[in-house]
This record gives sequence, structure tokens and C-alpha cells, in this order.
Amino acid sequence: MKSRKPSVPYIIWMLVFTLIPIVMIGFTAFTDKQGNFTLENFSKAFFYTDVFMKSLWIALLSTAVCLLLAYPLAYMITRMKESTQNTVIMLFMIPMWMNFLLRIYAWVTLLQDNGPIDMALSILGIHGTYIGNTFAVTLGMVYEYLPFMVLPIYTVMSKIDNGLIEAAQDLGSNSFNVFRKVIAPLSVPGIISGITMVFVPSASTFLVAQYLGGTDDIMIGDIIDKIFWTDQNTGSAISLILMIFIFVFLILMNFFGDEEAIA
Amino acid sequence: MKNKTGIISKIYMALIMLFLYAPIAVLIFYSFNDGKTTVWKGFTLKWYSELFRDSNIINSLGNTLIIAFLASIFATILGTAAAIGISNFKGKKRLIIQNISNIPIISPDIVMGVSLMLLFTTLGVIFNFEMGFVTVLIAHICFCVPFVVLNVMPRITRMDRSIYDAALDLGCNQWQAFYKVIIHELMPGIISGALISFTYSLDDFIITYFTRGSKFQNLSIEIYSMTHRRISPKINALSALLFLAIVVIMVFINLRDRHEEKQEAKRT
Repeated sequence: MKSRKPSVPYIIWMLVFTLIPIVMIGFTAFTDKQGNFTLENFSKAFFYTDVFMKSLWIALLSTAVCLLLAYPLAYMITRMKESTQNTVIMLFMIPMWMNFLLRIYAWVTLLQDNGPIDMALSILGIHGTYIGNTFAVTLGMVYEYLPFMVLPIYTVMSKIDNGLIEAAQDLGSNSFNVFRKVIAPLSVPGIISGITMVFVPSASTFLVAQYLGGTDDIMIGDIIDKIFWTDQNTGSAISLILMIFIFVFLILMNFFGDEEAIA
Repeated sequence: MKNKTGIISKIYMALIMLFLYAPIAVLIFYSFNDGKTTVWKGFTLKWYSELFRDSNIINSLGNTLIIAFLASIFATILGTAAAIGISNFKGKKRLIIQNISNIPIISPDIVMGVSLMLLFTTLGVIFNFEMGFVTVLIAHICFCVPFVVLNVMPRITRMDRSIYDAALDLGCNQWQAFYKVIIHELMPGIISGALISFTYSLDDFIITYFTRGSKFQNLSIEIYSMTHRRISPKINALSALLFLAIVVIMVFINLRDRHEEKQEAKRT
């Protein structure tokens, strides 16, 4: 029981299948096909600056929409009876268990020309195209990741001591002030983990934009997918940039989280 | 005042539920449509019977389940042993190991997928093999193990270690003490780790996509190739059946949890 030996297979496993692959990405990013050192892959990666910006924009937009939708929702759920709370949370989890591609495909079906939404709006005299634009991509992202925002905020909110709320009420706060001074500050850690859990996958995912976006809605994940099969060096350089970017983002979020915990 | 906010929150909740379930409802609706487009042509069950006659899909479903089953078992054993071992490290070393453990959790799926593909193609050239079932299994174990460690670890730190010594004093040999005390204490963590591994493995597309080689097919890959061709109402039938399975499993788990809570309440 006091031995460290049981962790040896795991440590070897992590070395071979996690650390070495990442080191290989780094190595491939800085070499050419013959294995000589070069920085050319990074200058090629610069061609995709627009795609990087677009990915960040879509990820930020999706994260913001998720937060706006999820925050009041999490609050409402905590106000419900406990047994209802469990049922509502379960209702949130069920669509999440559907295969990722099927969920995107469902939106393709809904939004396509002559699809249900188009037909319904045509009857009302509104004609338009609802697929193949940034709006559709953002919608798809929000659909994919909304539960990742709701769950952490809900978890943190439901742990807030009721005594604190009652104390604030006894001291003369109205419900708006109770929310502003007690519930909002205490729910910050949940917001931060929610932002992380939505932003990271939406900035790096692929296929969502291919299914729902137009020709200029290409995300960085789609670029990696497209060029990795033919040019592993440039693909590695882009992956490395993406990874470093995500790590910096996580460190920043962590930093904010700690600040809040101290304050 | 209270009543008013109640109505607003009910409407809001209903709209969100509509947002979550409308897409799935539409897929299920079209799975019964006797036509390939979104125009309703009458009720049919032919897509379901075509689905069951499609040997590719049945094979893919089998592969998905086998991979999820094997990956979660391997990941659970590897991860539980790892958690026990890691808990005996102290200070900086422990911090380093735990941070490395978190790499697969925080790094984007696509980066993990391409990095493993890089490793497997390089090893494949050296040892002369092609990517397929085994590489997919290894990749799945990779992203599952950290979740097992994460779930088992808190149980170990909370465990009272003197129980193990007590078991030894009372005549257990080391194996009996290990099995009857430690594994017993860690069981809830082990089970949730295994369940998380199983569901993540079932749902994965991105990592399988990069490590599967040219021949291996699972359900996600099959769905990918079907949706890429766009028109195929069999997909709607498949979605409907998967949705039904998920609902049944979720309701079952929820009922079991409630039952356990009641039992727990009776005991105290």
C-alpha cells in the first residue's frame, strides 16, 4: 500500500503515449521533410492568420452566448424543488449523450433550404437562407457546448449557503441586491470553469464549420485536418500554435480564478 | 411579484428545452418519412429495416462497443493502480506527475489526435504495422486513464490508512487486505471512472478519426461518412434508436440513484 510501484506502468504509458507525441509535434514543427531544422512551417502557418482570428471570434461569440443563456438558467434551476432540479439536469445531459456528429447533422436538417424552419418562416412570408453562415456555426457551437456552461455554474450556485442569502435579506437587501452582492460574486468560480469548458473545445473543434458554415467559415481545426494528411510539418506547426494558445488561455483563466478565490 | 418571475422563468426554461430537443425531434420525425427530402411523403418503417440490414453499421456498432468496453477496463486498471502509486509520492514529484496526467484532459482533442497519429505512423514505419483496431484502442485508453485517476485520487486521500493495517493485524494477508479494504473503499471512484471512460469512448470521433488508419470503422466514423453524403434517412433512424437507448439508460441510472439515496436515508 505504501509502495509507489503501482504507478510505474502508468508513468511509462504517459511518457510513451502523451509526452513523446507532443515532443514529436514540436520536433516536426521545427523541421522539414528531411528532418533539417527550419522555421518555414511557421511562416506557412502565418497564411492562416485569418482562420485563426475567425476561430477565435466564433469561439468567443459562442462562449458569450452560452454564458448569457446559461447563467439565468442555472439560477432558475437552483430555485426549484430538489427532485425537480435532478430531473432538469438529467434533461440537459440527455442531448449531450447523442453522438457529436448527429447533433450537428440535426441542425443541418433543421436549417437547410426547404427544411422545417425555412418552410415555417416561408408560410409567414419570410424568405431567407439560414445555413452556411457564421450565425449557423455559432448556433451549432452553442448547441454542442451549452450544458458545459450550465453544469459548473449550477454546481457552484447550488452550494451557496442559504444562511448567507437569509442574512442579506435580514439586513435589508432586496432580491436584486442579494443577487448582486451574494450570489453573483460567489458564482464566479463556476463562470470561469464554464468559460474554459466551452471556449477550449469550440476554438479547436472541427467539422461544425464544415457542416453549418459558408465558404469563409473555416476554423483552425478544419485547417489542421485538411493539411495534416499531406504536410505533417506545417500541420504540426499550426497544432503547436493552437496548443500554446490554449495553454496560455488556461493559465490566464486559472490566474483569474485564484484572484477571485483570495478576494 | 414572485408569481410573475415564476412565469418568466417557466417560459425561459421551456424555450431552452425546445432549443435542446427540437433538433432531435425533427430527426426522429423524418426517420418515419417515406421520402428522401424534407417533404413529408407518408409514414414508413423502411429506413429502420434498411438500417438493420446494413452490415457496415452493425459491424461499426460492434467495434464501438468492443473498443469502449476494452478501453474502459484497461484504463480503469491502469488508472486505479496509478492513483494508489501516485498517492505515495510527495511534494514536487507528485505535482509533476499530476500535471502530466492532466495534459490529455486539457489539450484539444484534435492536437491529441494528430500527435498520436504522428507517433503511430513513425512507429509503424519502424515496426512495420498499420494503424487500426489496436492503435484506436491505445488512443482511447490514453484519453480515458486521466479521468480514472481523477476520480479515484480523492477517495485515496480521504481514506483512513489505519484500516489497512488493522486488516493485516486481524490476520489478512497483503492481498486480502488490499482487496477487502482498499479496493472496497475506492470502489465508488473506480466505478465512476469506468463509466466516464466508457461514455467518452462511445462518443469519441476526433481521436478515432486520426488513429484509425484506412480500414477500421466504428459508429462515429460510419456516421461521419454517412453525413458527408448528406442525404441518407437511415441516419435519422439510427439517431432515433440511439436517442431511445440513451433515454432508457439515463432514466435507469436516475432511478437507481434515487433508490440508493432512499436506502442511505433509511440507514442514518
